[in-house]
Amino acid sequence: MASVTLQNLTKTYAGGQLRAVNDVSLEIEDGEFLVLVGPSGCGKSTALRMIAGLEEITDGAVWIGDEFVNDTHPKDRDIAMVFQSYALYPHMSVYDNIAFPLQIAKMPKEEVDKRVQEAARVLELEAYLKRRPGQLSGGQRQRVAMGRAIVRKPSVFLMDEPLSNLDAKLRVQMRAEIASIQHRLGVTTVYVTHDQVEAMTMGHRVALLKDGVLQQVDTPSNIYNKPRNTFVAAFIGSPTMNMYWAELEKESDTLFLRLGDNRLKLPATLVEQFSSLSQYAGRKLIVGIRPEDLAEASSIANADPSDCIAAEVDLVEALGSDVIVHIGIDAKPAEVRSSDSLDEIKSKAGKARCIARFNAKSQVRLGDTVTVWFDTTRMHFFDGETGLSILN
Amino acid sequence: MATVKTYDPELLRAERRKRENIRRLKGLGLHALLITILGVMLYPVIWMVLSALRPETEIFGDMGFIPTNWTLENFVRGWQLYGDLTFTQFYVNSFIICALAIIGNLLACSMAAYAFARLEFRGKWWLFAIMLGTMMLPIHVQLIPQYIFFLNIGWVNTILPLVVPKFLAHDAFFIFLMVQFMRSLPHELEQAAIVDGASYWQRYWRIILPLSMPALATTAVFTFINTYNDFFSQLIYLTDTDRMTVPVALRLFLDPSGGSSSFGGLFAMVLVSIGPVLGFFLASQRLLTKGIATQGFK
Repeated sequence: MASVTLQNLTKTYAGGQLRAVNDVSLEIEDGEFLVLVGPSGCGKSTALRMIAGLEEITDGAVWIGDEFVNDTHPKDRDIAMVFQSYALYPHMSVYDNIAFPLQIAKMPKEEVDKRVQEAARVLELEAYLKRRPGQLSGGQRQRVAMGRAIVRKPSVFLMDEPLSNLDAKLRVQMRAEIASIQHRLGVTTVYVTHDQVEAMTMGHRVALLKDGVLQQVDTPSNIYNKPRNTFVAAFIGSPTMNMYWAELEKESDTLFLRLGDNRLKLPATLVEQFSSLSQYAGRKLIVGIRPEDLAEASSIANADPSDCIAAEVDLVEALGSDVIVHIGIDAKPAEVRSSDSLDEIKSKAGKARCIARFNAKSQVRLGDTVTVWFDTTRMHFFDGETGLSILN
Repeated sequence: MATVKTYDPELLRAERRKRENIRRLKGLGLHALLITILGVMLYPVIWMVLSALRPETEIFGDMGFIPTNWTLENFVRGWQLYGDLTFTQFYVNSFIICALAIIGNLLACSMAAYAFARLEFRGKWWLFAIMLGTMMLPIHVQLIPQYIFFLNIGWVNTILPLVVPKFLAHDAFFIFLMVQFMRSLPHELEQAAIVDGASYWQRYWRIILPLSMPALATTAVFTFINTYNDFFSQLIYLTDTDRMTVPVALRLFLDPSGGSSSFGGLFAMVLVSIGPVLGFFLASQRLLTKGIATQGFK
């Protein structure tokens, strides 16, 4: 086992004009499962390939354990990689696919056989060892790819979107299997995905990248509950966080949040806990609230009217376990697009769409006017200029 | 109020019949044309086959299309060309050259193709362009310098000039064919092998080569056909009668000085000589089309 350290890792293309990975520094502890997540083209796969040695490093350094590996050949880095397409050798049997790295390392036949059988047992592939990859289902192929990785007993697993080719049901199953194998083997793992559910459920920590820049590295819980900036807040969570331009108004010791024509009272505990919030009184900021932090006022006992907004229902999506309700509120939405720049946090005129996750028993229908209760203690506040969280 | 829509089924059927008749007539005309062209093209071949099966004296004497006397005598006489020297020897010679040419082309062209398709080295694109350029050089331009070179090193009247260049990736077309095929193989397979610790040779030998089977099969088939049918090179490099190959030996039936030529034996042996090419082609037809189709040559 080994830790992985990235120091100011940078990758540029087209003579430096395109920065795929920009000054990323990250310490992945020994045995840790780190998920690199971000939208398409954010540089997560490039970063992973630089750790693997498949991509040349433009600037910065990669350490595996105590070894500086910038110029080390991939085979000497003691890593195993699982590719998005699995990269199984189609002309070899499952046995030979799993045995390949051991055969290349000229390991004695008995040892190869022992390790392959062991990996096959762990991955429940014993019955398929003689088959070719083309004769396997997607999930079985994925397990063969895992087998080829674990059979080497490497110090680090690198996984590049290994579940993206599976259907939704199999993905859930394999997600749990990969997490369980990693937990059992305790091998340091760097896992790349664009799927936030994988990011939230599999890793010890999540590193979120955008345009090659590291946005936040934290536990899944902190990434979700304490997003460092508007991008992290908008990227993690489905449906995405509702974000609006708002203004803080101070009356005596109480802070109110003005959202268009609506005014919500902020709880004193919040203001006490985050003293920096008071400094924003009279200033514009961005406020965010997750759909599950909204509820039908009628379902909340003693809902304070100053925490509620009445709005018309635009769309109802009954998911069975809960109901996603789209309502139109009077506010200016803050949209986070593909870059850090706040120029891209734009306002729209008119009513803004607000998505709420209501209880499955909700009887709300299209066209109804519903009173929505805002859990103001769970609100997120971001600086209107920098996009950074005010609460962190 | 909904309108009632009506149609005449009889009229519809008549229209359909008319369309069907026109289609049939067109098909008939096209087939008649194609069969006529086919007959014109096949006539010499059929004539040769029938001539091989009639007595020597009837070939040019009896102008009838179907032989009056059927015989296999031409095959027996043709096979035993003269004395101890039979066509068995010529076939052995041809097959040895073909086998070595195939092995040489498969190994050397695939290695060169792997380098062009997958490795990064300085001047790669220049070399690739030069290699493609050589495809445009007619063989006749290269012939004399090559002959002088092989004569100087004492290789004339051996199979070496016909075989050794194949081991040196001499056929640019096959390199190009394989480069195109190898480029289409997923890069991730090779990257997985790199991470697994495979060297250049192991990646080529254990991953790329087995996956390039359709392109290799195409190369093997074309090399066999080209080499087996290659009259010109074999004629100039192989001078001793016992070293001759099938296409060169067929020439022995004819006497260019105006003496007696054995046309019966010639036709019989030409017929037999088509066998290996036809057999090889039919046996590998599936692989051949797969290999060519994968290249987008079609």
